[in-house]
Amino acid sequence: MSELATDREIDRSKMQVSDEVAIEISNMNKWYGTFHVLRDIDLTVYRGERIVIAGPSGSGKSTLIRCINRLEEHQKGRIVVDGTELSSDLKNIDKIRSEVGMCFQHFNLFPHLTILENCTLAPIWVRKVPRKEAEATAMHFLEKVKIPDQAHKYPGMLSGGQQQRVAIARSLCMKPRIMLFDEPTSALDPEMIKEVLDTMIELAEEGMTMLCVTHEMGFARQVANRVIFMDQGQIVEQNEPEEFFNNPKSPRTQLFLSQILGH
Amino acid sequence: MSDTHANTVAYVRETMLPQVAPPASSTGPVGWARENLFSGWFNTVVTVISLAIIAWILIGIVPWILSPTWGATSLSECREILTAAGSVGEHGTSGACWGVIRERWVQLLFGFYPSDLYWRPILSFVLMGVALAPVLFADRVPSQLIWFSAAFPFIFPWLLWGGTIWGPLAVAAGFVIGYYVFRILGAATSNLIGLVVGVLAAVIWWLFLSGYVVDALASVLPLGIEEVPSRNFGGFMLSITIGVVAIACSLPLGIVLALGRQSDLMIVKYICIGFIEFIRGVPLITLLFVASTLLNIFMPPGTNFDIILRVLIMVTLFAAAYMAEVVRGGLAALPKGQYEGADSLGLDYWQAQRLVIMPQALKISIPGIVSTFIGVFKDTTLVSIIGLLDPLGLSNAIRADSNWNGIVWELYGFIAVVFFIFCFSMSRYSMYLERKLRTGHK
Ligand SMILES: Nc1ncnc2c1ncn2[C@@H]1O[C@H](COP(=O)(O)OP(=O)(O)OP(=O)(O)O)[C@@H](O)[C@H]1O
Ligand SMILES: [Mg+2]
Repeated sequence: MSELATDREIDRSKMQVSDEVAIEISNMNKWYGTFHVLRDIDLTVYRGERIVIAGPSGSGKSTLIRCINRLEEHQKGRIVVDGTELSSDLKNIDKIRSEVGMCFQHFNLFPHLTILENCTLAPIWVRKVPRKEAEATAMHFLEKVKIPDQAHKYPGMLSGGQQQRVAIARSLCMKPRIMLFDEPTSALDPEMIKEVLDTMIELAEEGMTMLCVTHEMGFARQVANRVIFMDQGQIVEQNEPEEFFNNPKSPRTQLFLSQILGH
Repeated sequence: MSDTHANTVAYVRETMLPQVAPPASSTGPVGWARENLFSGWFNTVVTVISLAIIAWILIGIVPWILSPTWGATSLSECREILTAAGSVGEHGTSGACWGVIRERWVQLLFGFYPSDLYWRPILSFVLMGVALAPVLFADRVPSQLIWFSAAFPFIFPWLLWGGTIWGPLAVAAGFVIGYYVFRILGAATSNLIGLVVGVLAAVIWWLFLSGYVVDALASVLPLGIEEVPSRNFGGFMLSITIGVVAIACSLPLGIVLALGRQSDLMIVKYICIGFIEFIRGVPLITLLFVASTLLNIFMPPGTNFDIILRVLIMVTLFAAAYMAEVVRGGLAALPKGQYEGADSLGLDYWQAQRLVIMPQALKISIPGIVSTFIGVFKDTTLVSIIGLLDPLGLSNAIRADSNWNGIVWELYGFIAVVFFIFCFSMSRYSMYLERKLRTGHK
């Protein structure tokens, strides 16, 4: 897992972190029933950042990024996304969700719709884009993820890697300003992981703000500007990738890295 | 595309090997029979025994069916014809007495509907076919036809019951009123308030206001066709009417109940659960008795609440409770990821339900939904118990006729065959639909 995500040189010209805040999480806590999943999370994400979240299974990584678009509700603290605070106001939630794209481990494509329909559904119904225009946008992004020729197939007819790239294209069709990834490559065979990572790298090269939960440490090393290590619902350590991998401070991080890097 | 492939796929087949035809003995009828009927001594024995049983049944039934009694006008005449033809078995004459079907089939179809108005039920059922086409075969007919389907629920009862044209128009107006109240209030306040007030407005219109308006309009402009009272309705016309209305109304109602049962709003949830469990807990026949007798007690005196309408409501509610559970099964089978996928794209609750969840949940539930439809259609025969003349009710009346006293198999057989045709078509349609909606690769 320590191998590189790509052999090519990464174009960093547009990967710039601005000082505009994209997401601000302060003192956020979440419980499942009585189980305290997330404890006192403080995290500020600036526009253009590529953050990789790592940590052992059950540490609350998924829960954290799912709180950002309200797939899970937090009970204490504040989450502000693009200047809008997440509260129980449904209008705010739908607005934030349409600005924040998300890719899941199991793709969650809609199996009863074709690839093209998957990509045009939300633009047409949420953004009220005319169908023709939505289809043109969808084809543009499908070309970007290199599967325009599958547009009229159904998700069930595609390989896992292709499905995940469609899922990325589907999110991009909403022109999101932030992308969340929850272990996008964990359900894939090794040869498909690469094609999905390639897509994600291209996205990063265009300056997209990204939060990725992933075990692909090569991707973290090459693409991320910050790696966050979580354990037992807390952010234990965060640092630039070089520092994070070569100089982990906390013993828990050291243990985790020695396990995941397998030496 | 090709770049990624070159990197990821080690071997891509470019030419196909030439195909060789399979040996003749494994194809065609001989091959089929060999593979399916005679593949081993056990299967061969089973095949032979089955063929013998089938032959024995056919030998018993076919001569009975082919009996030359089409022209008879009474059971005794049938017996004479059969005796003359020499087909007398050990239990007296053996052969069907088809005269009863020839004489009464029109009645079995239309009940006591005035015979000079038969064109009305015939036309309405033909139109029903037209209205169903865009629903059943959406991909094969022009999509504008759906407007006719929307208008049909108002045309259909008017054609059958007749009366002034203003009646169905007033009912339609109720929907329009409700819709506009919902739109205007919904935009000004919240969707929920709009919905509640809209429904209330429509109900108030239907119950209290529309009557006067219809009377006024009818006296100014008396457009209408001859009225046919409900007691003249009967036969398959009645079964199909009850069946189709109950089927058409129970599906949407069932969907709403299934969603309500999953709702986060406690009141909505418990009302739905209570309704579903209550209706499923009582036999349909009790509901029909309530419809035929008890309901009148609760109605203000003097109100004339049509018996067929009451039955329709009860059968619909009954079917909807079952439908709700079938749909809930489909909803439960959907992975949570589908909801999350829809949510993460910013679709709101109703959009997610309509565009993502329901199409899939209903597709999963097709076999259950169609089973419920078939059950409802067959259950319409229960209305004979409260005195409506559906085919079974009519068959009792026919058997009471001194000419046909003692006839059993021919009547019930005919009714069974007609029911079978309808139910079997529904079952075939559901399989067609399942095949059509299959999108994975299998
Ligand atoms: N819906 C739920 N109800 C109760 N507990 C839950 C729920 N979802 C997750 N949990 C618990 O919360 C903790 C954090 O879960 P989460 O899915 O965020 O972990 P994770 O870091 O993403 O793990 P993984 O790497 O395995 O995906 C786990 O202990 C899990 O058992
Ligand atoms: Mg997870």
